[in-house]
Formats: sequence, structure tokens, C-alpha cells
Amino acid sequence: MSFVEYGETIKDGDTAIVFLGHESMFPVKVQHGTVTQTKYGVIRHSTDLIGKKYGSKVTCSKGGWVFILHPTPELWTMNLPHRTQILYSTDISIITMMLELKPGSVVCESGTGSGSLSHALIRTVAPTGHLYTVEFHQQRAEKAREEFREHGVEHLVTVTNQDVCKNGFGVSNIADAVFLDIPSPWEAIGHAKSALKAEGGRICSFSPCIEQVQRTCLAMEEYGFTEINTLEILLRVYNVRTISLQIPDLGKAAEDNSSTGFDSSNPSNQGSLCANLQQGTVQFKSGVPQREMVGHTGYLTFATKS
Amino acid sequence: RKIIFEKQWFYLDNAIGHIYGTTFEVTSGGNLQPKQEVEETTTETKEAGTDNRNIVDDGKSQKLTHDDIKALKDKGIKGQEIVQQLIENSTTFRDKTEFAQDKYIKKKKKKYEAVITIVKPSTRILSTMYYAREPGKINHLRYDTLAQMLTLGNIHAGSKVLVMETCAGLVLGAVMERMGGYGSIIQMYPGGGPVRAATSCFGFPKLFFDNLHEFPLSKVHSLLSGTFSTDTLPSDPEVEEESNGLTDERHTSLQETEEEPTPEAAMEINQTEEQETIDINDDVEFKENKEKENKENVREKQIKQWERRRKLLEAAALLGEKNADGLIVASKFHPTPLLLSLLEFVAPSRPFVVYCQYKEPLLECYTKLRERGGVINLKLSETWLRNYQVLPDRSHPKLIMSGGGGYLLSGITVVLDKGKSDPSNLEALKMEEPSPKRCKVQDLHC
Repeated sequence: MSFVEYGETIKDGDTAIVFLGHESMFPVKVQHGTVTQTKYGVIRHSTDLIGKKYGSKVTCSKGGWVFILHPTPELWTMNLPHRTQILYSTDISIITMMLELKPGSVVCESGTGSGSLSHALIRTVAPTGHLYTVEFHQQRAEKAREEFREHGVEHLVTVTNQDVCKNGFGVSNIADAVFLDIPSPWEAIGHAKSALKAEGGRICSFSPCIEQVQRTCLAMEEYGFTEINTLEILLRVYNVRTISLQIPDLGKAAEDNSSTGFDSSNPSNQGSLCANLQQGTVQFKSGVPQREMVGHTGYLTFATKS
Repeated sequence: RKIIFEKQWFYLDNAIGHIYGTTFEVTSGGNLQPKQEVEETTTETKEAGTDNRNIVDDGKSQKLTHDDIKALKDKGIKGQEIVQQLIENSTTFRDKTEFAQDKYIKKKKKKYEAVITIVKPSTRILSTMYYAREPGKINHLRYDTLAQMLTLGNIHAGSKVLVMETCAGLVLGAVMERMGGYGSIIQMYPGGGPVRAATSCFGFPKLFFDNLHEFPLSKVHSLLSGTFSTDTLPSDPEVEEESNGLTDERHTSLQETEEEPTPEAAMEINQTEEQETIDINDDVEFKENKEKENKENVREKQIKQWERRRKLLEAAALLGEKNADGLIVASKFHPTPLLLSLLEFVAPSRPFVVYCQYKEPLLECYTKLRERGGVINLKLSETWLRNYQVLPDRSHPKLIMSGGGGYLLSGITVVLDKGKSDPSNLEALKMEEPSPKRCKVQDLHC
């Protein structure tokens, strides 16, 4: 396995995702002789995992079962150990498209944080592109390097431990795109411009507060960036439910006993989806929004250097 | 070649040799290149009112008449100067607030200073453009939704991806861009051939098409049941459907090429004032191809037919391996039957994404997939996109887009339970399938 290439079977040293069901999963590093505890019992790596196909059902000691999944940047994002606040796949998707990333792209990123976006960027620019990521926190930079090594993508990424606002990205005139997720992005716009290729490129800055966005936009304008555009993307997830609503008793049933009032009005075209039960209820499928949803992650400001 | 765009017409000849992102001003018929940035005329903004309590709309604030303005235009005076004249002849301009003055100038500039920026085609540009100009052609798939599909589908170099789309080839193009020519794509198409009008706008190198395969949707069932053979090919019902039943490849490809220029041309007319024109060079090429094809003789026709059959067999063999790395569906058809069949070709532990303009079919699809099994982490979602105006002291959301961007159902495949007798039987049948087919391909090679 690798985060940039699908493998068929689970091998020693792989990072795999254990799927327990209903959004509950966790990553596991596959090692000979190791065991992993789950609420369904023990998984023995040597016998239960290694050599099995990704996507297999694995029966645990207590008779419960889990699925073992091939790692992807998206699954990693949902399961990675947080060292910072992270970017989620909804924002990552629009960032990737708006920065026009593709195989071969050279990208600069700061800060690395927990590496959620980094994995997605690497996946997209592989096998010929490269990610230069800058993290001013030494421990986090170290940890990120270690993860990239474990995930088989170290050849596609360079982690630099310095302050991007003061020292820039450590490269110049080579990037197709720059991404900033730092508290004061306006201080790094100049460095971003010099990191981008002479013939131009795209930039994105992620900020939770509108005041940060304003200062960033002014800085972008000052440095001659064009096509400055700020947007926000929100994800709505729907739960699929079968709902049954009761038919109110308006006393009509007493008048015609043969069939209930509702049923007789449209018996055929409602089909099985809207089966009218004897008790006087109507059933239908609905996409019910989650009771609580993420209302704001951050504003995304995009611009072009040309 | 003459191009019409936003009520202006021009020739592209002068634009050749400039870098992407260059802004041009339109003169009478040709293009001329002004500098990247025009100095802002800030001289007269000194004087400004504080509020609009004394500004009355009497319809007489502009002293220049329609005829005056037309006369200025006819004289070929620069747009910038016309705007200046309008400002000078507006009696209320000085009383307006600074912000209102700004807005006034911007509005007039938009109208009189026609500038065009030529940019490089990309998924970002094309999907934004299609959503704004031709949403019906792409089933109202908004660009942020397309972005989600690419990410949820883990589209990347080296994969083997199944694509079923009726979005003018936009989704296909987006997938091709993300794969950068590495790996393979099998496009499932309805009717006589895949539509790739939008795909051609990307200007992909030829190499990208080497591993792009296509397979007719109407053959999926026979491929799954093991009765697929190429003998039936020439009398393919889907080819007849095309128009008057010419059953050869030439006809199909002709149709394709004819379709190509139309959407592009249509879009050029409607484009926004400031940006986003596509490289039209492709068109010329296609025209030439067409002429060639018109002249081509019967023998060439046969070769093409063989070629097509060979490609089809290749695609069938690739599908027969049943180890695709992902499935992307975005079509005008009901998603449930598509998914139930096409998922058979996907390997376990791989993502799939289905787009639908409406939520209800996806609700059904969700239920049916649950019944079928072999999928986990099913998620029905929608994204909302909000654009912002960010200006000093004037920052606020621009517009809210909702509903219109469509819905996604995504999930991950897993190994199907062997407990059910029916699927395992089918599985056995399928195992035998690929090998004889591959033999046929080899036969053809020699």
C-alpha cells in the first residue's frame, strides 16, 4: 500500500483503516506479531491481516467483525492524530480544484499542522509533482516527516522547519500553487509570490476570521495578485430515514367505512414507498439533515499571479 | 477566424505568442494588447458627499443624451474617456459618497471598457463556466460539487477509473486532468458514442487519450452475464439510434466532431465580460479532421471499424478484470440501476461517488445499496457555496447558492458476503469470463 498507489493485499508495515461500522474507524499500523484491541475483540495482525485483501471482513476474537480498508487521504483525514486544528475533505476538495492541482504540480504549503491537507496534496500531485511544506513548530515538523515516511510518500514531500512569515518557503520560482493556513497570512504573501513560478500560479489562504481575510486581500492586491475571490463552502450531510406520519382522524372514516379517506384519493401512484397502512399512517423516505452541522470552518481566498 | 463574445467580435490572431492571463482590449475587429494594469483615475474622487439625503432621482442627472453617447462611441473614442465624460456630466456624482462613486465608475467601466483576458483551460475554469453558462448540459453539477466528487473518489494518477457521465464530457475531463495521463479510464456511454465536447476544451495532449477507453452501456448486462461477444457489434442498436442507421464508426465520429464546436461557440457568445475564453485552436483541427473523414474511402472505414472493435474488446477485458479503483457516476439517468450493475466492476476497498441533481433517487439508491451489501460508509451529502465581497469596510456575502448544485452519494466497496448464494454463483461465472476475451484481443493483434 501507499497513499498514492492502491495495493491489493495487506502487507507488513502498511497503514490500514479498521472500520467498525457507522462512522467509527481508526488507523492501524500493520506489524507481524502485533495485536489490536477493538470492542469486538482482538485482531492478530500476522494471521488476521497480513496477506488478506483490502476490503475484507475480518472476524475478531469475540465473534464480531470489522472491515479493513485501504488508506486514502480522505480516510486519513477522518482518523489522523490531531496535533492542530485540521482541514477536512470538503474544504480540501475545493482548494485542490481552485488551485488547479494535478499530477506534476509543485505546491508550497504552510503550516503543515497535522498533515491532513498535505496527504491530499501529495496524492494529487504524484507521481511527478512535489510538495514543499513549511512548519515553524519543530515537533510537528518532525512528526509530519515521520508520517510521510511511514506512508510511503516521503519522496514527494520536503518538510522545512522555519517561520514562513520571516523566511519564506525556502524555494523560489518553482511553485504552481501556494496554500497558506497560518494566523497572519498577509505577512507571507510576499514570500508566496516569490515561491510561485515566474509565469504565474495560484494562491489560496484559509482564515477563520473576516478581519484576517480583509488584510490578506489588501496584501494580495498590493503584491499584484489578480482574480481575488473569497468563498466559503459548507457540507450538509443527510441521514436516510423512513418516516411515517399519522393521518389525522377528521371523522371522515365514519362516513365511508370501506376505505380510509387518504387511501382512496391516490392509491395507485403512491406505490410501495408511500404504503398506507391500516392504522392510518403514511410512510416515505426522507433525507433528514443532521441535527447539528458545521456552520463555519474558514474563508478561502483565492488569487492568481500572472 | 472570427469569434463573437459578449456582443463583441474579434480575431484571435494577435493573441498568439502572449502568455496566458494577458488582458486584451478590443478594437474594431482585431485585438490590441494594453498593459496589465491601467492606472486608476483617482483625481476626481477627492470630493464626495456623506449620504444621499439630497440626491433626488429626477432622471436628469446625466447631461449627456443617448445620442451623445452613441456619437462618442461611433467616433471610436476609448472607453476610458467615455467613462470620464459620463462622470463629468453627472450632476449628482460629486454628492455621492465615496463608495457610491466607486460603484458608479465600476459599472460604467464594465459597460464601456471592453477587456478580455485569455486564460488557460482547467477544470476550475471550465466547470465554473459550464455551471454559469450551460447548466442544463451538465445536469446542474456545480463546480464545488464536482470538486467533492474528485476528492471523494480519490481520483489520482495510476488508478483505473470507471466514469459514467452525461455532462458533455466535463466530468471525464476533470478526471483526466487529475490523472495526468497515468492509469486508465473506462467511460461507459449511452447511445451511439461518448459525448466529449467539454473534454476537448481542456486541450489535453494526445497521450492522455491512449488509456482512455469507452464501453457501451447497453453491453454491460451481457458482459456481466457472460454472453458478451463482438459478433453483434456491427448491428449495435445504439449506433442505429444515432440518426439514420449508418452502422459504421465513421458516422459516429462525425457526429462527435460536429457536436464539438457548437457548445464552445455558444459559450463564447455568453461569456462574462472580463475573462475566460478557451483556446479555439482545437476547433480548427476538428474541422480539418472532418474534411478528411468525408473523403475517406471504404477501406479506411473498415480499418476504423476493426480499430473500434479492438478498442471495445480492450475495454471489455479491462472491465472483466473487475478490479477498477473507483466509480464516478454523473448522469441524467436514474442512478440506482447504474450503480447496482457498475459496482460489479469495482475492486473492494475502493471509493465510489454518484451525483444526482435530485435527492430522491439517491435516497432510493442508498436503500438498494444497503440491501445489496458490499458497500460501507454510505453518505448522502450536499455542499453549499457562498461567495464574498471583500473590500475595506464593505465586506459581506455576495450570493448564496443552495439546492441547485446537486447531491452526492458516496461510499466504499467491500468484499461481498459469501453467505448469499446468488452472488457467489455469479462470481464463479465472472471468474471464467476475462480469459477467453483476452485471447480474442491477442488474436486480433496478430
